[in-house]
Amino acid sequence: MMLKIKPNELLNSAEICAAKGQNALTAMFGADERELGAGYAIYILFTDLVSHDIKTIRVDFPADSELTYESLTPLYPAAAWYEREINDMFGLRPLGHPDLRTLVLHETFPWGYYPLRKDVDAKKQIRGQREYNMSTAQGNGVFEVAVGPIHAGIIEPGHFRFSQAGEDILQLDAKLFFTHRGIEKLVEGKSIDEALIIVERICGACTIANTLSYCQALEKLTEEKVPKYAWLLRMLLAEVERLYNHVGDTGNLCAGLGFAPIVSMGSALKEKIMHCNESLAGNRFLRGIIIPGGVRKAISPETLRELQVTLAEVEKGYENIVELLANHSDFLNRVHATGIVRKQTAVDLALVGVAARASGIDVDCRRDLPYGYYHTMNFDVPVEHSGDVYARLVIREREVTQSLKLLRQIINNLENSATQELSYENANYRTEEGSWGISESARGSNLHWLMLDKKQKIYRLFVRSASYPNWPALTMAVQGDIIPDFPLINKSFELCYACVDR
Amino acid sequence: MFKLIETILAGKIKTQPVNNMGEENFRGELVLQPQACEQCNKCVEVCPMGAITTENAENLPGIDYKRCLFCGMCVEICQKEALQHTRKDAAPLFSGDNLAELNVLINKRIGRSLAIRHLDAGSCNACDFEMGALSNPIYDLQHYGMSFVASPRHADLLMVTGVVTRNLEQALIMSYEAMQEPKLVMAVGACAISGGIFGENYATVGALEKVLPVDIALPGCPPRPAAMLLALAAAADIYAAKKK
Repeated sequence: MMLKIKPNELLNSAEICAAKGQNALTAMFGADERELGAGYAIYILFTDLVSHDIKTIRVDFPADSELTYESLTPLYPAAAWYEREINDMFGLRPLGHPDLRTLVLHETFPWGYYPLRKDVDAKKQIRGQREYNMSTAQGNGVFEVAVGPIHAGIIEPGHFRFSQAGEDILQLDAKLFFTHRGIEKLVEGKSIDEALIIVERICGACTIANTLSYCQALEKLTEEKVPKYAWLLRMLLAEVERLYNHVGDTGNLCAGLGFAPIVSMGSALKEKIMHCNESLAGNRFLRGIIIPGGVRKAISPETLRELQVTLAEVEKGYENIVELLANHSDFLNRVHATGIVRKQTAVDLALVGVAARASGIDVDCRRDLPYGYYHTMNFDVPVEHSGDVYARLVIREREVTQSLKLLRQIINNLENSATQELSYENANYRTEEGSWGISESARGSNLHWLMLDKKQKIYRLFVRSASYPNWPALTMAVQGDIIPDFPLINKSFELCYACVDR
Repeated sequence: MFKLIETILAGKIKTQPVNNMGEENFRGELVLQPQACEQCNKCVEVCPMGAITTENAENLPGIDYKRCLFCGMCVEICQKEALQHTRKDAAPLFSGDNLAELNVLINKRIGRSLAIRHLDAGSCNACDFEMGALSNPIYDLQHYGMSFVASPRHADLLMVTGVVTRNLEQALIMSYEAMQEPKLVMAVGACAISGGIFGENYATVGALEKVLPVDIALPGCPPRPAAMLLALAAAADIYAAKKK
């Protein structure tokens, strides 16, 4: 469903699509469609859990108009970052936005420079100056702690500014987009296959999720059908990706409080799966196997058997970790009631994935916006309610069990599959039509939206990874906790920078 | 508590010797069967990185590992199976002319150390996760006398991943300048070495060598942890030689 509206109708239309806050604001992005005989556009996507569909609003801005609209952020806080990004990249300005600082473009970019406009040269580096002021709390005795962008450990770059009253965190502001590589601009004008290579490299840990969303968005633009065998392989890869992330992240969470034995156990278990990835896809991050239309190659019975052996080892090893953590009172003391995200905050920010489910929001797009053959599989979506580090840990633990259960069903289906058809051939995709694809990554729903031009090249690709809506929740979660708990709280979210920054 | 100690003791030593051969299907270094090659140039055309060229004396495909993503498309398109992936990691590339001596040095494993500072200059996090894996019990970086340190001021080697973005250029330069002499720089993965799939655009400066002098380039997308270990062993030797 798509509503096409004028800027002054936005608030009313959003109210209808949000259905009194029942439907989460899933994504919001700009587009420059002047070459297509339209103006600029803002697309706003709401997920409707009743009809299992995404409702889209398209706001049209004639090129010679004001290029402003009334901000959604005061009513839908989830819109805050999206509106800042659209302002940066297209110069469409939200009026009444409470915090319209730059987001994506840092100090070396001049004001008034909008890289995603079509008349801006993708290759040319325009240098200038703009301000990026960190948001801080003021008051007697309040001081700031600045961390990053280069961190002490092997972590992606981001700058954190804590406003402190002694050890207590009053406020945290996160400056991200350090690894902004201009991906959405870079893919424009590229063929579907050229863009695929780039999409696979948006993020290492979400390779399959990004590729799967991209391919699905394309596949909705053709009548051709992806063969069932190929879908089963894709689901296998998606669950393996979830598994290695969750196992590694469980261990890594313990690094946030210096619990070394579990860090070691988790990383050793993850390494077992990474070895298996190499056999499955020829690459430890599962690159080079999913393509639009299906998959590039079959997986041999021997490799499937190797995977089953690994899964059995991982299950045993992981059960051991879960048991050790559940019985360690010092550990439990640190994770309980630390880094709480209340349910209302989670709803307001339209959180996804582990972070949402730990705060009582029952969402999982494998079930809610089903794709592939997940609807034929038997799996549960775990939900917790305390919204703390402990809840996010428990969600991961229970999802590991569910992924193992899914993997066994998928392997069983693959072994009994009569055909091994890998993909459809040479599809012709509809052009100048927007299309979304979604998949559930280890961190939550991952959405791609794209449009092709008449030559079947990418006209616009928008990427919203799971970490994008969840990052602002981290800054809320730490308020009132002490600064030594920050690494622990941070690792309980385990957010990607690369797929947010793009 | 006792259960934890029991588990640690029962776990035994998990560390494995360095193995530069991947699993069965791993897409590693490419080999060419010159007799089988019909010089159809399809591999040159299909390569998304332009990493293959036949502009040499024999007119046979040559691979530029500074750009190769190990994506397998050239092998797939080669009808004569002249190009094949081996399971072997691509070897690190060194700047400078003392290659032969280095190969001897690489095999020596004692009497040196290396303090490493990681720096993500705009990566997709795959190289970084592999670097993190070096500290797991399987690779156990520290038992080779090498470790990651928290500050560039303590580091002998800056290990850089990713294409250099404009938003990180300043932090990269400041980190490098904060290091004491002598110091080394390693470009990890296709993006850092050559700019990779991102190259130079409005948001990226490009390859690391445009900003800092690069001593060692480690191919891959991403390079496996075992390949990183070998490159680090070589870096430790180069560093020892530099200190003299």
